[in-house]
Amino acid sequence: MTKSKTISRRNLLKAGAAAAGAAAGSGVITGFPTIWAQEIKDIELRHVGVSYSVVKAIGDQAAKDLGFKVTMQNLDTSASINRFITQPNSVDIADLEGWQAKLAAKRGIIQGIEAKRIKQFDNFLPIFTKGELEGSQIANQGISPFAALYLEKKDSTELHAGVAEWLTNVPQVYNADSIGYRPDLVDHPVTEWKDLIDPKYKGKAAILDVPAIGIMDAALCMESAGLVQYGDKGNMTKEEIDKTIDKLIELKRDGHFRATWTTFDQSVQLMAAGEVVIQSMWSPAVAAVRTKDIPCVYAPVNKKDGKEGYRGWCNGMGLMNHLEGKKLDAAYEYINWYLEGWQGAFVSRYGYYSPVPSTAKKFMTDTEWAYWYEGKPAPEAITDPYGLPMEKAGTVRDGGSFVERVTNISCWNTLMDEAAYMNKRWNDFKVA
Amino acid sequence: MKLSRNMTGWLNVTPLLAVLVPFFIVPILVVSVASVMQTDGYGGMFMDFTLGKYLDVATSALTYNLYFATIKFALLTLVFSAFIGFWVAYFLVFHVRSKLIAMGLFLVCTVPFWTSNIIRMISWIPLLGKEGLVNQALLGAGLIHQPLEFLLYSSFAVVVAYVHQLTIFMIVPIFNSMARIDKRVIEAALDAGAGRWDIMRMIVIPMSKSGIALGAIFVVSIVMGDFFVVKVMSGGGTASVVGAFYEDISVLQYPTAAASAVILTIIVMLMVAVILRVVDIRREITL
Repeated sequence: MTKSKTISRRNLLKAGAAAAGAAAGSGVITGFPTIWAQEIKDIELRHVGVSYSVVKAIGDQAAKDLGFKVTMQNLDTSASINRFITQPNSVDIADLEGWQAKLAAKRGIIQGIEAKRIKQFDNFLPIFTKGELEGSQIANQGISPFAALYLEKKDSTELHAGVAEWLTNVPQVYNADSIGYRPDLVDHPVTEWKDLIDPKYKGKAAILDVPAIGIMDAALCMESAGLVQYGDKGNMTKEEIDKTIDKLIELKRDGHFRATWTTFDQSVQLMAAGEVVIQSMWSPAVAAVRTKDIPCVYAPVNKKDGKEGYRGWCNGMGLMNHLEGKKLDAAYEYINWYLEGWQGAFVSRYGYYSPVPSTAKKFMTDTEWAYWYEGKPAPEAITDPYGLPMEKAGTVRDGGSFVERVTNISCWNTLMDEAAYMNKRWNDFKVA
Repeated sequence: MKLSRNMTGWLNVTPLLAVLVPFFIVPILVVSVASVMQTDGYGGMFMDFTLGKYLDVATSALTYNLYFATIKFALLTLVFSAFIGFWVAYFLVFHVRSKLIAMGLFLVCTVPFWTSNIIRMISWIPLLGKEGLVNQALLGAGLIHQPLEFLLYSSFAVVVAYVHQLTIFMIVPIFNSMARIDKRVIEAALDAGAGRWDIMRMIVIPMSKSGIALGAIFVVSIVMGDFFVVKVMSGGGTASVVGAFYEDISVLQYPTAAASAVILTIIVMLMVAVILRVVDIRREITL
């Protein structure tokens, strides 16, 4: 199914180019893909970002469908933002999280994206465009994708509160992070963050060691256990940071943490090698542990009593300031291609979500749709994006349906105002 | 054409300058300038001369804790790698009769270094983990009843990985300086009635000093400048000087990171100066 779609789309593009050629001659149609296949084949777009968002298989497919070259380059979060800022001309499409979009706009390294040139813009989930989903307001702690979406003008350097014509980035993949645990070694279903710091799991717990988001996971734990109260977990005061870190240091001195982890693979390895039984974890990492036949559950931490909830993140594509002319047109084509569904279906099979599920659905089987988005028992076995078996028929996705998960996000990845101080204190925790 | 003495001197130092200027002097100047600038917190820097970052770094307890942790690893690694390196070199030089075999064995020492540092480090993880080979063997032999947790994600694991990675930097210079000890000196000592220990204490060790010192320079400067081994092998359980300012960079605090880098450079240079002070390498080598 996917294949035939791809081909038909490819033909469509070719037809489009031909039509555009004819149109250019007659001067009748405007606003259609006006780039000639001949001219675009020399174009190369460099899409740079973290490995879970900037995926080679997606770039290859895009290049195949679009007829120009796409190079995917991976760096970790910190190296990416540093490259965008210090060498903006070495990147064409910057893969940005909300907080990075805010920074990039401030530095003037990206240009506003014209919302009306994004064909699927009206089909975007309102999470992004309006900050709501099915009537519930999306959390605004941290920098939500909605809060970081709009610019007033093409060259604005400040985010615009509320809806506008220009975008900092086009969201392409997002998810809700929580805890992973071994159901055979933890005696009850985990639904609260406080279990991660429960002394019962002393020496068998791990936490994420990327300070900017590790501190939020820690805060969710502290809040859940009633140890610290926060005004805004996404933008803590120095006092809140101190309380959180002091508690972390105390836990570390008690030998609570077996380790901390920084990469996807490390988290999989810690769980799979039996080093930990509970840790902050990403959904596809939990799936990766399960493919090794080791039971692992992704904890559904639905919001309750103003506590708990997932930590959300979202990556989108930003256009670097230096793009112009044909290359800029190609970049718009590329972004539009992303939202047509092939990529949405691909990332969904990882356990992530597409901002335009209506198109992703077209590229997914009914089984996949039921399992990944509707939270129903899988009618048939589920395979990963590369076709390898992943879950047996009848399995229900942890955390339930898409709507249930996303509306239970309580804070978003961010860079706090007190980031420098937080970072210093996080290092205190590390060296303690 | 005859070059003036002065000119020859300059030509002699040109290769070294060609490396040092672009790869050391220029970067360190850039970093030094960055360290006295201010940041807007969003990755922007502007010149407003301040030594504030140095003051912050120098007065922070964190800095001392980080240096304590890093210097501890440097010293432990130094001790173990020097000990192992010394005996390996000693064996090769004094116990392998054939020069050819000694050379061959020496090359064998370098074989593990054909693979990347990272692979060599990561291979320790399945060995040392809770369910790793070492623990399984010990449990299977009934020697322990609980897996030993200190083996991995601990300072122990960090030192193991460093020693594994860096011992070669000890073996090479020590082998080199030992190979140049005139065997007749040792024969003479034996004839004069010296025991093994006396020969070691009065001939071999003093004459290998320059090798040990060179090795020490490599080991100390590599460990002081590393953060990756600490991060992976300690399971993030401890931090390092470089790791901390790498984190500063990730939150775009460039001036603070730059000031920390300058301070680290000075401290490593001081450590090297101390080593050179203890052993006058130049004199030993030209002897």
